[in-house]
Amino acid sequence: MESHATTFGVSNRKLAMWVFIGSECMFFGSLIATYLAYEGKSLVGPTPEEILNIPLTSVSTFILLMSSLSMVLALDAVQHDNRRLARIWLGGVIVLGALFLGGQVYEFAEFYHHGLTLQRNLFGATFFVLTGFHGAHVTVGVIWMITLLVMSLRGDLGPERAMDVEVAGLYWHFVDVVWIVIFTVVYLIQ
Amino acid sequence: MNPSTATTSPQAHESIYAGGLKSWLTTVDHKRIGVLYGVTALIYFVVGGVEALIIRVQLASADGTVVGADTFNQLFTMHGTTMVFLVLMPLSAALFNYLIPLMIGARDVAFPRLNAFSFWTFFFGSILLNLSFFIGDPPDAGWFGYANLTSKQYNPGMGIDFWLLSLQVMGVASIASAINFTVTILNMRAPGMSLMRMPLFVWMALVVQVLMLLAFPPITVAFIFLLFDRFFGTHFYIPDAGGTPILWQHLFWIFGHPEVYILILPSFGVVSEVLPTFARKPLFGAPFVIFSGILIGFLGFGVWSHHMFTTGLGAVADTAFSLATMLIAIPTAVKIFNWIATLWGGHIRFQTPLYFAVGMVSLFIIGGLSGVMHASPPVDIQQHDSYFVVAHLHYVFFGGTVFGLFGGIYYWWPKITGRMLGEGLGKLHFWLMLIGMNLTFFPMHFLGMDGMPRRIYTYAADLGWDQWNLIATIGAFVIAVSVLVFYVNALKSLRSGAEASGDPWDAATLEWTMSSPPPEYNFAEVPRVNSARPYWLHKYGPTRDISTRTRADGTPAQPEHPTERVDLPSPSGWPILAALALTGVAGGALVGLPAVLLAGAVLVFAVYRWAFQPLERVGHPTFGPDS
Repeated sequence: MESHATTFGVSNRKLAMWVFIGSECMFFGSLIATYLAYEGKSLVGPTPEEILNIPLTSVSTFILLMSSLSMVLALDAVQHDNRRLARIWLGGVIVLGALFLGGQVYEFAEFYHHGLTLQRNLFGATFFVLTGFHGAHVTVGVIWMITLLVMSLRGDLGPERAMDVEVAGLYWHFVDVVWIVIFTVVYLIQ
Repeated sequence: MNPSTATTSPQAHESIYAGGLKSWLTTVDHKRIGVLYGVTALIYFVVGGVEALIIRVQLASADGTVVGADTFNQLFTMHGTTMVFLVLMPLSAALFNYLIPLMIGARDVAFPRLNAFSFWTFFFGSILLNLSFFIGDPPDAGWFGYANLTSKQYNPGMGIDFWLLSLQVMGVASIASAINFTVTILNMRAPGMSLMRMPLFVWMALVVQVLMLLAFPPITVAFIFLLFDRFFGTHFYIPDAGGTPILWQHLFWIFGHPEVYILILPSFGVVSEVLPTFARKPLFGAPFVIFSGILIGFLGFGVWSHHMFTTGLGAVADTAFSLATMLIAIPTAVKIFNWIATLWGGHIRFQTPLYFAVGMVSLFIIGGLSGVMHASPPVDIQQHDSYFVVAHLHYVFFGGTVFGLFGGIYYWWPKITGRMLGEGLGKLHFWLMLIGMNLTFFPMHFLGMDGMPRRIYTYAADLGWDQWNLIATIGAFVIAVSVLVFYVNALKSLRSGAEASGDPWDAATLEWTMSSPPPEYNFAEVPRVNSARPYWLHKYGPTRDISTRTRADGTPAQPEHPTERVDLPSPSGWPILAALALTGVAGGALVGLPAVLLAGAVLVFAVYRWAFQPLERVGHPTFGPDS
């Protein structure tokens, strides 16, 4: 139905992604609200002050922010039919997203060695579930980007397909913005 | 509506429902998907009804011994869960699916395959829920599933796992469907159909989609926490480790109260279509009805804690939620007065859809009034967990939603099936259901006031509750007979009902401008809309009082054949496979990790095949010139 004119002149898929993002706000909002409601309610340690590594997470936050820049450039390249740059910037999003995920895996493993598990206390449960679901969203995004890159490599990602990239980009930027909120709430405001 | 369009006589189309099982499994046609939703919901209506009847038989007299306490807990849990998620929501979804594209002048929804995925995900999820009967351990913690009733410690069986996993799956279906219909309503309207020209039913549907989008994520999160508590040993709801069961109540009711409006607003939409048609005049103050619906949806997110007055949230919270709750009475009353004013001075035709619509308004007023009583915390604390609340919620859900949706079924049945329902049986259905409903639920007000708690499986003889309970049980069987009358009426209609014309009620909206049932492509010509009542404008010219005019032409406004080439999306098997795999991921959690991973792999495979299957590929249905 994509080819037909729409009421608002905006693509159905783009509108759907915005609507989905609205729904996702309530999803992450509920997770973040629970984290805040349970902040300081843990009966045993480790506590956030003891364990959160702000310098490391600042670096991974910066990496994720840069991936959004790469995403914007990838969309621009696809729209202008610059296939070489499209592949470079899509690859950039994938590498930076994967680096962010690697940082999260490292962080989770570190915390685990310091005795913070899902079961240990409420901080562990709320922290791992909140950041874990964010990480799952990033993972889905990376897989999506890999799919787009493969399409590009096969020559299937011309400017007529720019909407595919734009919708994926909306998702990617949203996941990025959610991380800014999580980083602020969990790491910076303790 | 383009008045210059040549009109022709209704034409017998080859049935749009023809085709074997495969055509139904792979269909992406919103009309067929609507029928699938409707049939599934009407089957579950019997299941949930039988559960209710067993409950009523058990409570018919003191010291009942029909079922034990454990079975009783399972029955009211499955009755509530079934009626909310497997009957009322899918029945609304059936009408949304079938009618929204027709009412806004579209050839399908924005994402036809996502629509199929939504239905099948709901369908398989509902089966997963009911599979719990076959392992002999259905859920027993109430449809609200309060923590700690659901904790592993107090509820070690698998019933709660079935409940939470299946509801999680059905939540995905609801969100997918809500995205689809939000986009469809906003972005797929025919030229000229501005938002304020949209039929009221579509407006209420839009509010419901937004409520689903925003209300389902919190319950999803609540289920995720419960899942982690039960499967991975976290302590989200466990007080021993600092958690609080109240967290569940907050997350549940942030979903649960908007859910109340998700269940009632479709019925408001139906009534707002039926009353004008049968009063032969436009809906009184339609913009007020629209904005009241929006306001109800908006306020609905600010009242969840009125379900929690007895948890001790403190005076400030209680006051705020009490005031917000009372405020909702205002837009609701605006709607009711507008409906009454629509009937006032109308040339009313007393046919079955009107009976149900008027019944809905009347019964909903009773449920609404007892609802306002609950808005006051001191009163609510007295009534909390008593049968008074059971009476209230059934006046709203049965009197409001069920009557409204039956009104919709009687109204749109001819459009969907091409056959009329019997008027005599329809009115018999109405009167039996009205009497049965009041016999069943009105005495529960007295029982509640007399202190009978909800969810007890039996009561002692010296409490004096026998008489009203017996009356309620008799009423429940009258309801059952009335539903039976409906099913007989439906089967008779399908077999030998009078053939319906395209416009049997002389109605005002676009879905009546074509044959009944509509052709596969809906609109042979995309309509141009320049009125909120386009078909009345077409038939009667510009007037607000159609009763003084004679109908210009009784035939459909749509031409017989498409005037341009129409490409419809091809059927696809990937959505149903993806839905099955998604349910497999959830159900696999009860079996073991390998099952989850296997189902997950199938899910990824199906999603990729779906994503890379062109919507309109070789072999898709085409109509019209050059097809």
